[in-house]
Amino acid sequence: MTPVTWPLPGEDAGAEMALACDAQRPARLLIVPALFDEGNRLRRFTVEVMRRLGRAGIDTMLPDLPGTNESDLGLEAQNAVRWRDAMQAAARHFAATHVLGIRGGCLFTPGLPAYHYAPVKGAQILRGMLRARMLASREAGLAEEREALTARGRAEGLVLAGYPLGASLFRELEDLEPQIGPSVITQDRIGGSGLWLRAEPDEDAQQADALAALLVEAIRP
Amino acid sequence: MPDDTDLLLRRILTDVLGLKQGQAETFDAGTGLFGHLPELDSMAVAGLLTELEDRLDIIIEDDEIDGEMLETFGGLLEFAKAKRATA
Repeated sequence: MTPVTWPLPGEDAGAEMALACDAQRPARLLIVPALFDEGNRLRRFTVEVMRRLGRAGIDTMLPDLPGTNESDLGLEAQNAVRWRDAMQAAARHFAATHVLGIRGGCLFTPGLPAYHYAPVKGAQILRGMLRARMLASREAGLAEEREALTARGRAEGLVLAGYPLGASLFRELEDLEPQIGPSVITQDRIGGSGLWLRAEPDEDAQQADALAALLVEAIRP
Repeated sequence: MPDDTDLLLRRILTDVLGLKQGQAETFDAGTGLFGHLPELDSMAVAGLLTELEDRLDIIIEDDEIDGEMLETFGGLLEFAKAKRATA
């Protein structure tokens, strides 16, 4: 498992980071990570799945979405088109043969044979983050209404759960849905409850085994 | 039909808090939740409420969420039962 860079094209051209388990093997899986808070909670699980796939003969690459993790770019300047283009560019750079989207990452999977693990609509992600913001404000003695927050998010962007979402990403998330076509891997095929539900990041070897096994069966020629 | 709200709520809390099997069975009406458990922050509570909606097939309006219903296991259970009764 090594940190590598890949070139981001376009107006913000530069180098972005990825974590790769790359032994130049024929089966090469690009993983589009879960978004925001879920991305943190699922990071370790994602890497655990990569380790298992590596042992089973499948290379994996986990790029940062621009504006997240080690990216030089600001999150508030990102939008859905940039993220989709970025994942397309990463897929080309790494010569990926397949792609796995995790939760909100399923909204940005490029056009390759694709698997979607527990895909989620953009609106669901926003709903949870807006609710968290309202709960936190209430704890602090402030009353914020969903309607007013949504209007502000659409007009000028909004900080949700510590993530500064630009107005265009906010508006796009309201309507974005995972594409129809990729094979959907639901949580009941993995067993247990999804680790994105946990209040704190956690890991689960059985779940990582299960997801890796499903992917190996689907991908390996 | 027996009411399984209590059981489902304990399951959801087990999933959100990462509890061991059986640990949630020790919760009683007075067990503190939001504001009592450091890991149960606003994002975790938001996830918990979404999960409640999905598994109990209810919709929770923003103005129904208050400190009292989230503060204890008993408060949340009463709220969920009442929502299911009117759903």
